[in-house]
Amino acid sequence: LAAYRTDEGQPWVLPVVRKVEQVIAADGSLNHEYLPILGLPEFRASASRIALGDGSPAISENRIGSVQSLGGTGALRIGAEFLRRWYNGNNNTATPVYISSPSWENHNAVFVDAGFKDIRTYHYWDAAKRGLDLHGLLEDMEKAPEFSIFILHACAHNPTGTDPTPDEWKQIAAVMKRRFLFPFFDSAYQGFASGNLDKDAWAVRYFVSEGFELFCAQSFSKNFGLYNERVGNLTVVGKDADSVKRVLSQMEKIVRTTWSNPPSQGARIVATTLTSPQLFAEWKDNVKTMADRVLLMRSELRSRLESLGTPGTWNHITDQIGMFSFTGLNPKQVEYMIKEKHIYLMASGRINMCGLTTKNLDYVAKSIHEAVTKIQ
Amino acid sequence: SSWWSHVEMGPPDPILGVTEAFKRDTNSKKMNLGVGAYRDDNGKPYVLNCVRKAEAQIAAKKMDKEYLPIAGLADFTRASAELALGENSEAFKSGRYVTVQGISGTGSLRIGANFLQRFFKSSRDVYLPKPSWGNHTPIFRDAGLQLQAYRYYDPKTCSLDFSGAMDDISKIPEKSIILLHACAHNPTGVDPRQEQWKEMAAVVKKRNLLVYFDMAYQGFASGDINRDAWAVRHFIEQGINIVLAQSYAKNMGLYGERVGAFTVICSDAEEAKRVESQLKILIRPMYSNPPINGARIASLILNSPDLRKEWLVEVKSMADRIISMRTQLVSNLKKEGSSHNWQHITDQIGMFCFTGLKPEQVERLTKEFSIYMTKDGRISVAGVTSGNVGYLAHAIHQVTK
Repeated sequence: LAAYRTDEGQPWVLPVVRKVEQVIAADGSLNHEYLPILGLPEFRASASRIALGDGSPAISENRIGSVQSLGGTGALRIGAEFLRRWYNGNNNTATPVYISSPSWENHNAVFVDAGFKDIRTYHYWDAAKRGLDLHGLLEDMEKAPEFSIFILHACAHNPTGTDPTPDEWKQIAAVMKRRFLFPFFDSAYQGFASGNLDKDAWAVRYFVSEGFELFCAQSFSKNFGLYNERVGNLTVVGKDADSVKRVLSQMEKIVRTTWSNPPSQGARIVATTLTSPQLFAEWKDNVKTMADRVLLMRSELRSRLESLGTPGTWNHITDQIGMFSFTGLNPKQVEYMIKEKHIYLMASGRINMCGLTTKNLDYVAKSIHEAVTKIQ
Repeated sequence: SSWWSHVEMGPPDPILGVTEAFKRDTNSKKMNLGVGAYRDDNGKPYVLNCVRKAEAQIAAKKMDKEYLPIAGLADFTRASAELALGENSEAFKSGRYVTVQGISGTGSLRIGANFLQRFFKSSRDVYLPKPSWGNHTPIFRDAGLQLQAYRYYDPKTCSLDFSGAMDDISKIPEKSIILLHACAHNPTGVDPRQEQWKEMAAVVKKRNLLVYFDMAYQGFASGDINRDAWAVRHFIEQGINIVLAQSYAKNMGLYGERVGAFTVICSDAEEAKRVESQLKILIRPMYSNPPINGARIASLILNSPDLRKEWLVEVKSMADRIISMRTQLVSNLKKEGSSHNWQHITDQIGMFCFTGLKPEQVERLTKEFSIYMTKDGRISVAGVTSGNVGYLAHAIHQVTK
């Protein structure tokens, strides 16, 4: 499982998290009582606010709902279970679910285990041009049966690191609106991708402004570094307050048979941070620290490869964003990297940018250069 | 138009409704006997001292936040298995078990239910005692299994309908799944005696049933962790390879931290490894890996001799307070002049008590005395204190005399 690493190659507990944990530990009034089924109210409200933006019309119109979940995975699963029961009819397991090709490998199992029978892929990664296959993607959306569900990565697409531009998102939204396709966003890297919370939430907010009803599964694993506390949130955007209320009441039933009520520790940390102006500012700073380090590693790796004259183009390293990068190395080249250079990538050529440090940049760049020049 | 026009409003949670009504009541003497969490003699939530100490130790270590493995914190799962099975258990020592961390009792039950749905092909039927915890039915149903029942509680005597239970269990189709409450039956508080457990084990073995134990109150029921796990251990010793869901919500007061475990007793360690791999495949698309905070606390307590000793004392004191409240309630009822037989209140065990009160009597208790409980006459003894037990007895006497 991928997690952020410092320039020393170490895990990093955010300073604001350490601070807030001490505040929580010192608070004698706190206990370990059950949270409500849908979670800690302050967490749910502030988490959804982070995704949708303070000025979101959906919030002011009181047509959003939130379900505190066990990480991003838990949020995806609750959303999937709800959709299978209530979307496009009752218990319509035949509704097609589209997952990008490639995608996070667990997406498939989430929707299969939720009961969906027809899981398909949509074109996403163009290996030849090392970028987004927008044409293929839009074509798949045009051909998809009406009411199909599409899993969209809000930012920092996993594993390719390749996101649509705002203009491309607009085209995607237009097709989805016309064809009545349901947007289910997976937002695991807000803030962590560009260093800017609003920028990383642009796509979700655009869809909201276009009047979509949508789900957004949020993870606070990476942007808060709270991996093992399992902090996530399913944000529901509806047409009106009443439908959201009914939706949440049914989500409660799903939560009740899955985990009853969610764990309190991580949600407390996030809620305390997000609701304090000072702590919120510190957090944004910590997030930017992580994002900036990854962005630096990207630009440093690219410039080294270009100085070395490594065959091919390497702008995709800096065009891509987030934790992962599809280097474009083929399986044989990947094997060389692993066996001869002891650098571990996935067979897909995916590299975890967090594994790069100022100390190993030269070695990694030279190794990629060797792999590309020696192996075809 | 909305995708959700046809989505119905879910039914209100009955227990939540009790608490909501309680909160609105302005009567200073009001009592909330619907609460499913322990309260001290001042009616306050109780954070165990051993938990506070464990938390302080953990905070001092300034550990990282890296993902746990899918199956959870190994030190915790091993200690949890040992707590349930006993350190001298052959099944434990031989390693012919797998224990995965679960999201408290519910999450552990659900993992097990999903596992049985996928891998227990002999039957789709889960037999629950009548009555059982309200959430058992939807958990197994959502996992894709069907629910059946066996007689358990006798409302005439407010105790175990043993002959009815044995009769029903002996007729359960072979290789069905039967769920048993290891101790402190929820909601009735009625547990079989050890001789009765022995007979049940014999019948269950004869019918070749898959036994699913739900143990949410180990230590919390009698005050003795070994005594409360007796049934679980007896069944295993009889060669019944049970599956087991454990919760640490009550016995460690870790409710909101969601600490639990699911265990499968296997033929051998190799089978246990294969079972574990399949449990992980079920867990990953649910929530990837479990939360660490509560598991770290529980692990530290179970694995540190000093903290474990302290925990055993504290869990006994919680159980003792409950038992004492039962005794005081009965003696106060006698003092009030009640001629009814209230022995079941002290015969029953654990957090809950099936008083035998009828819905009309429950309604009067609420309307006239601001005493809140569920319509079935179940009270949470945890909500009773030395300060209000007299009032409770008085009120019960008024509505039953």
